[in-house]
Amino acid sequence: MAALDVSGLHKTYGDTAVVAGLSFTVEPGTCFGLLGPNGAGKTTTLRLCLGLTAPDGGEITLGGHSIPADAQSARARVGVVPQFDNLDPDFTCAENLLVFGRYFGLKDADIRPRIPQLLEFASLGSKANAKLSTLSGGMKRRLTLARALVANPDIVFLDEPTTGLDPQARHLIWERLKQLKSVGKTLILTTHFMDEAERLCDRLIVIDHGRKIAEGSPRELIATHIEPQVIEVFDESCGQLADFTENHRHLAERVEQSGETAFFYCRDPQPLLSALAAADGLRYVHRAANLEDVFIKLTGRELRD
Amino acid sequence: MSKQLAIARPGLFGFFPVWQRNFLVWRKLALPSILGNLADPLIYMLGLGYGLGAMLPSIDGQPYVAFLAAGTVCASTMNAATFEALYSSFSRMHVQKTWDAILNTPLGLADVVAGELIWAATKSLFSGLAILLVITAMGLTQGSLLLWALPAIVLTGLAFAALGLIWNALAPSYDFFMYYFTLFITPMTLISGVFFPTDQLPPWLASIGAWLPLAQGVALVRPLLAGEVPAQALLHVVVLLLTAGIAYALALRLTRRRLLK
Repeated sequence: MAALDVSGLHKTYGDTAVVAGLSFTVEPGTCFGLLGPNGAGKTTTLRLCLGLTAPDGGEITLGGHSIPADAQSARARVGVVPQFDNLDPDFTCAENLLVFGRYFGLKDADIRPRIPQLLEFASLGSKANAKLSTLSGGMKRRLTLARALVANPDIVFLDEPTTGLDPQARHLIWERLKQLKSVGKTLILTTHFMDEAERLCDRLIVIDHGRKIAEGSPRELIATHIEPQVIEVFDESCGQLADFTENHRHLAERVEQSGETAFFYCRDPQPLLSALAAADGLRYVHRAANLEDVFIKLTGRELRD
Repeated sequence: MSKQLAIARPGLFGFFPVWQRNFLVWRKLALPSILGNLADPLIYMLGLGYGLGAMLPSIDGQPYVAFLAAGTVCASTMNAATFEALYSSFSRMHVQKTWDAILNTPLGLADVVAGELIWAATKSLFSGLAILLVITAMGLTQGSLLLWALPAIVLTGLAFAALGLIWNALAPSYDFFMYYFTLFITPMTLISGVFFPTDQLPPWLASIGAWLPLAQGVALVRPLLAGEVPAQALLHVVVLLLTAGIAYALALRLTRRRLLK
């Protein structure tokens, strides 16, 4: 049985179809990514899956329960890390976990022995009695993750879990999410950090305007949608980039210009690299294609606000 | 961490962990909270009761300060429930997003709103009880029916908590609550027999006032504090219960529209 099965999901606010016919399946014990630019419908999709708003059409089954009809039973086996922190500012770390466990109907005697383990997992072992206001952003995020695990859920939803964190804090969260996957939990993740999705997700879908526009493993998506090599060429303010791009366009399968940077997507980078070696005043970076290239190709370069 | 935990379906008592959360926060600040709730009404009561009361005849055989004391118990109950259901609930719902966090658990919105309702009524009981203790110590109450005032205070608190939660569901910001006080709470306090008997009012105004929930509370509490059985006690109890029940249902509906759309 799938951990989460969504088919033909629709949700409209006013005249805007925020989710427009979305279908996907999440297998248990895997990490599934829901990717898309701002306003693509990611958070609305999560809210629909948790039964926090009723769909205008389509079917959702979460952990074997039909949503929204049986959402409260489904949520008993689910943990949620929301996009914005909503920890209790009046409580210590330990109290936050205790109070949250009670919402699951757990007895204090069952919650208290779990608190040290949960804090340890979140690398907050010494912070049991710390006031919330003394925690850094990364610590709060980790406490939110620990809180989501208080009732030992099978499925964990994470809405942009590392937004706003420094690299150290992000790496620690990624480590913990991999640990959770290794003990069999299902992770459902939204993010717009492509490196995060590439590292963590077994499968992912890219959505835009409430529709699925691509689906697969990160490797499959890179292999299917994009040339394997990328050379980014920057103009060092001597105005040669336009000419260079025009004259060497034929050396790449695809070229995209964005501001003072040209992106050359190619299978064989050697001819272009030789040409660049001879060009003064242009800097370049040569790298392998990644999920971000796929994402930009699919959703475009223009800003989404 | 892999042990299966006994997760209980929320059922009828789903409000309890929500109430418990608010109680735990309150416990951390209990003493300043009680003193703060007590000081303001007592200053008014003593100032008006003894100062103004010295110039007034007795009312229904009571000195004015005793008459006012009973009104103050009800007004404090109303204010405590109202403040909690407006400012504090709004903080939890809109600013801290505590309700959003709870809605990610097996609890539903009905559990959250019921928890807030019962918590606000609990706080109003603390407030009413504190005033009751002080005025009893001052000898302003009499008789054996005193403890019956407690359920009357709870009912009054429930009615005002539920009414406050309606306004909470509609509020765009804290500023909106000022209207609730100036348009509803303050005029009601003046026509519900808190400060003076309502037979001083034009009859049409008095009869409007008599149906408002504060007057229902006063009609129960004042005789009980004077050692008398309230006339038409059942009617007042039913009106307060109906107010609380209907207002809660409406508040839940409006909050659902606000948060779960």
